[in-house]
Amino acid sequence: MNLSSLIQIKNLSKTYENEGVATPAVCSVSFAIEKGEFVSIMGPSGSGKSTLMQMLGFLDRPTDGEYLFEEKNTEGFSDDELAEIRNSKVGFVFQTFNLLPRTTVFENVELPLLYDKKFFEDNTQKVLQALRSVGMEHRKDYFSNQLSGGERQRVAIARALVNDPSVIFVDEPTGNLDSKSGTQVMKILQKLNDEGKTIILVTHETFTAEHGKRIIKMVDGAIVFDELIANRRIATDGELLK
Amino acid sequence: MRFTDPVKISYRNLVANKFRSFLTILGIVIGVGSVIVIMAIGGSAQSLILSQISGIGSNLVGVLPGASDEKDPPAQALGIIITTLTYDDFLSLVDKKNVPSVETGAAYAQGTQTVSHQDNDFSLAIMGVTHDYINVESVEVAEGRFFSLEDDGSLSRIVVLGANVKEDLFGQDNALGKKIKIKNENFTVIGILKKKGSAGFGVASPDDSVIVPLKTAQKIILGINHLSFLRLKIKSIDEISNAKEDIVITLRERHNIKNSKDDDFSVRDIASALDTITNVTNVLKYFLLAVGSISLLVGGVGIMNIMLISVNQRIREVGLRKAVGAKNGTIMTQFLIESVTITLIGGIIGIILGVLIAFLISIIIINIFGYDWKFIVSWQSIAVATTVSILIGLIFGLYPARKASHISPMEALRYE
Repeated sequence: MNLSSLIQIKNLSKTYENEGVATPAVCSVSFAIEKGEFVSIMGPSGSGKSTLMQMLGFLDRPTDGEYLFEEKNTEGFSDDELAEIRNSKVGFVFQTFNLLPRTTVFENVELPLLYDKKFFEDNTQKVLQALRSVGMEHRKDYFSNQLSGGERQRVAIARALVNDPSVIFVDEPTGNLDSKSGTQVMKILQKLNDEGKTIILVTHETFTAEHGKRIIKMVDGAIVFDELIANRRIATDGELLK
Repeated sequence: MRFTDPVKISYRNLVANKFRSFLTILGIVIGVGSVIVIMAIGGSAQSLILSQISGIGSNLVGVLPGASDEKDPPAQALGIIITTLTYDDFLSLVDKKNVPSVETGAAYAQGTQTVSHQDNDFSLAIMGVTHDYINVESVEVAEGRFFSLEDDGSLSRIVVLGANVKEDLFGQDNALGKKIKIKNENFTVIGILKKKGSAGFGVASPDDSVIVPLKTAQKIILGINHLSFLRLKIKSIDEISNAKEDIVITLRERHNIKNSKDDDFSVRDIASALDTITNVTNVLKYFLLAVGSISLLVGGVGIMNIMLISVNQRIREVGLRKAVGAKNGTIMTQFLIESVTITLIGGIIGIILGVLIAFLISIIIINIFGYDWKFIVSWQSIAVATTVSILIGLIFGLYPARKASHISPMEALRYE
């Protein structure tokens, strides 16, 4: 295990307590992720992959174990400190896009910048740069509800990129898309990874997972498989999903 | 986080749910509007009442028969006839040897009698007065003349009509020199008074009175020897309390009273009556204000309800904002600014509507009732309404905002 890993977890566990009944979701998971990796976390629903991603993305706290992010132990971080990490170090892409309605593409992408410490900085160039890298610059003044599913997801990726985060978490990005739009999204993710972004993808589809460089399979809260992919899929326009 | 951001968000939410926003804002609009209207009408009514009363003259001192406390109504007002005050008492009080600060005065004997002209009968207030009545009451003669000093002691059958009485009896016709009948005796009209407009304070207004010489009223019409009351005009307001003491001393001496609790008269001045009335109208104003505040409270509860619904509808939005780095405090501020924006918009619309309604009411009162009504909207009431709107937004937005700030960022991940 490399000490300078981007993400390093040791015996990480999460147990949900509901009316006195303890339900383990993630049981003592350990691994490390290096800078520049493209990791697909796979598993059926209920396998704990989403819970794991939530803990890695600082949306939730582990009940046990150690989590080192950029060599810093994140245990005991306050809510506000976690919010700052989410703001500056992490980007999220959700299955349901989660764009703000009645808000322009530009403003959606700008959102993370509104919560950082540099209050009155002009964000225009950063936002346009992020939109350019997903090929959505021409739609910047559209309202989010005027876009197609694929376009929305590309805007969501731009939003995840705009703060230049250390890692982007992608949760079932193609789940709500047709195959052509899905391919386009995967192509953008692979391009971003090629440019050096670390990407952690959560999916239950083997086909989508195979676009990554490494697959971690989870069943019942534990890792059952963790290997590099020999023949990774490269998203191309001619590719057929499923 | 920029300040304009939540304002923009709340504006978009308001526009997106137009009808719901309208209903939400309506509560505050009605509340603020009614407070503005109540304050404006209360203020105008107070100023009308005060101007009517001070129209009588605030440097007047009244002397009434029978003892009474400052706070209680005089015995006369309760229908008790007391005969202790006489014309000789009046003469001694207008004497500068007894009351140095007195300027002039008038003695009154009042009652109600049937007055007829041609075949029309009216039941009117008869006012028997001494010649300086017009100076004491500050009324002017429109036509003809008023009584002279000689008339005070005579039993002349002459009459001066108040402006309203003249209209009732003669309409637009000339009344001077005409005869009217009071208690079947013929009286000649020698003068008509100018309209004064103010209310009579405890007595009929000059506008509504049939005025005859004092002795004529006492002997011929009312059949009494005493005075109903008398009024003294004091040189200046500063001397009123001295004058009141002089009056009391003079009357006690004349009535052989040794002990103040045996007083058979009361001395009152309008200045202190004004204070009492201001207090009463203030109490009324604040009571109405409290009623208006209840509608504001109801409006506030409406805001809280809508904000709670809004928080519930936007759980995923809040989750997303937190996922991209919004802190609890930032979310709370956002929702507070939203609720304050709503209440402030409602408050501003309410102020505009309230001022318009108060203005319409004043136009109606001036044109239909003919009062000298002033349209008064104080800047204090606008400042209070604005502050209250903001406070309601803060107070009733606090709980929903707190609730929103505690939404977990994981809500952004939950699929519908």
